[in-house]
Amino acid sequence: MSQIANIDQAVFARRQRANKIGLTLSMLAMTLGMVFLIWILATLFIKGFAAVSLNMFTMSTPAPGSEGGGLANAIVGSLMLIASCTLISTPVGVLAGLYLSEYGDRSKVAAVTRFVTDIMLSAPSIVIGLFVYALFVAQVKHFSGWAGTIALALIAIPVVVRTTENMLRLVPGSLREAAYALGTPKWKVAFYVTLRAAKSGIMTGILLALARVSGETAPLLFTALNNQFFSTNMNAPMANLPVVIFQFAMSPYDNWVDLAWGGSLLITFAVLGLNILARVVFREKAQG
Amino acid sequence: MKTMFNLNKIDSEGLGGKLNMNTENNSQSSDAVNALEIRNLNFYYGSFKGLKDINMNIEEGKVTAFIGPSGCGKSTLLRTMNRMYDLYPGQRAEGEINFYGNNILTPGQDLNLLRSRIGMVFQKPTPFPMSIYENIAFGVRLYENLNRSEMDERVEWALNKAALWTEAKDKLNQSGLSLSGGQQQRLCIARGVAVKPSVILLDEPTSALDPISTGKIEELISELKNEYTIAIVTHNMQQAARVSDYTAYMYLGSLIEFGKTDELFIKPKRKETEDYITGRFG
Repeated sequence: MSQIANIDQAVFARRQRANKIGLTLSMLAMTLGMVFLIWILATLFIKGFAAVSLNMFTMSTPAPGSEGGGLANAIVGSLMLIASCTLISTPVGVLAGLYLSEYGDRSKVAAVTRFVTDIMLSAPSIVIGLFVYALFVAQVKHFSGWAGTIALALIAIPVVVRTTENMLRLVPGSLREAAYALGTPKWKVAFYVTLRAAKSGIMTGILLALARVSGETAPLLFTALNNQFFSTNMNAPMANLPVVIFQFAMSPYDNWVDLAWGGSLLITFAVLGLNILARVVFREKAQG
Repeated sequence: MKTMFNLNKIDSEGLGGKLNMNTENNSQSSDAVNALEIRNLNFYYGSFKGLKDINMNIEEGKVTAFIGPSGCGKSTLLRTMNRMYDLYPGQRAEGEINFYGNNILTPGQDLNLLRSRIGMVFQKPTPFPMSIYENIAFGVRLYENLNRSEMDERVEWALNKAALWTEAKDKLNQSGLSLSGGQQQRLCIARGVAVKPSVILLDEPTSALDPISTGKIEELISELKNEYTIAIVTHNMQQAARVSDYTAYMYLGSLIEFGKTDELFIKPKRKETEDYITGRFG
């Protein structure tokens, strides 16, 4: 009897040792990640808040060597690019997701679409930028806000497609059956019942896609480029936060570097805001 | 509502559906009108045979109950009557189901039209993600063009039929999902009734509900049979005895016994039926 107890003791001791080692390793890994995250955020907050002023929102980017200046043109440009990207990627992405879930299902076309979407999801964003440069910018021979919009939309669409499809698949088949049982034609079931039931999940997907594209720099470098002046012309090069940050951060002028920090802080808060909004929207689903 | 039935009859005569007067399983009185006549029905899930040679009649204006152990094919049989199985590739039915003489299993049958005539309510309440009012108006709008006041009337009428009006009249604009489970199920019945079908199929409509809600829905069934033909699948034999006029006992995809509910429960003709209803089965 006591022998069995002794064996048990040994086993328990070994398990507890293993548990301690495992816990230590995972805590170390967690600390490593958290240290850098907090370091980055702390630096960003200290330098960013120091640069934030009213001028940042009211004045356009300064010329080389001039004092002060702000980010008004870049903020407006970024908002316009993201808004037009939303207008394009939402209908395309949602309809494609609807096709994959409700119509294509197991067909070959759907399988190919899914495969291509997955590739697009992991495609480096600079490749998308180059693609739009070669196909659009090089043809019309000038950079433009539209080119930037297309590049951003190409990044956002696959995200919207996949989340839409996944959210529609979560809608129970019994709800579709109930709609069919009333004699509802298929397109009405898809648009009025299934899509509506998955609404909050799809909105979450769209918001997360926007959060993803709002920080993208590479696809805008060769498409929207940048604009030193305030402009709302989508047909001309357009200022935007990521590219301004990219250029200003590497410049020798102190006021430019400060503005880059301020812009970084803005984008961080915008992305954070979008993520929080996405969570709130998704949680509302539970309440119907 | 009587006109609805007559319309159906005229329809079927116009379409020239043949009336098969097979009466081998038919214990109904001879002057009764059958809403559905099922003849030599076989059903396949891929290569698995889910229903074997079913022959029976569903009489107009009566409640027909289907009982039997899980997996015996009751729900499958119900789902052939509005061709719900058509949504799933690999499922197919052979034989005939004559809806007022018109065989609905023919490939040319318009499924949306059929399902607007033969409604169905499922085991789990499935309110659509819209307001209570819209839940009912949705189905009505599919086949009728009503103005606002006519639609209001229809919604009230349907909710009254489902004994939900007093509970729901003050929150017609709230989401259908805000109702309790029993209320949601009555909303689904109201939704089915609102499109004025001639047959209503109920697939275990009370199995997810508490006894009070179950009682309300059973009252509702007795109420509705004056105007609709009802087929109900249930696991609850007392429920079948309480609400139905005819009962069918099924086992392993076959129809074992079919007859008047009183006769089947008091004096079953087959040993298997007796074993099942007395609880000696399995």
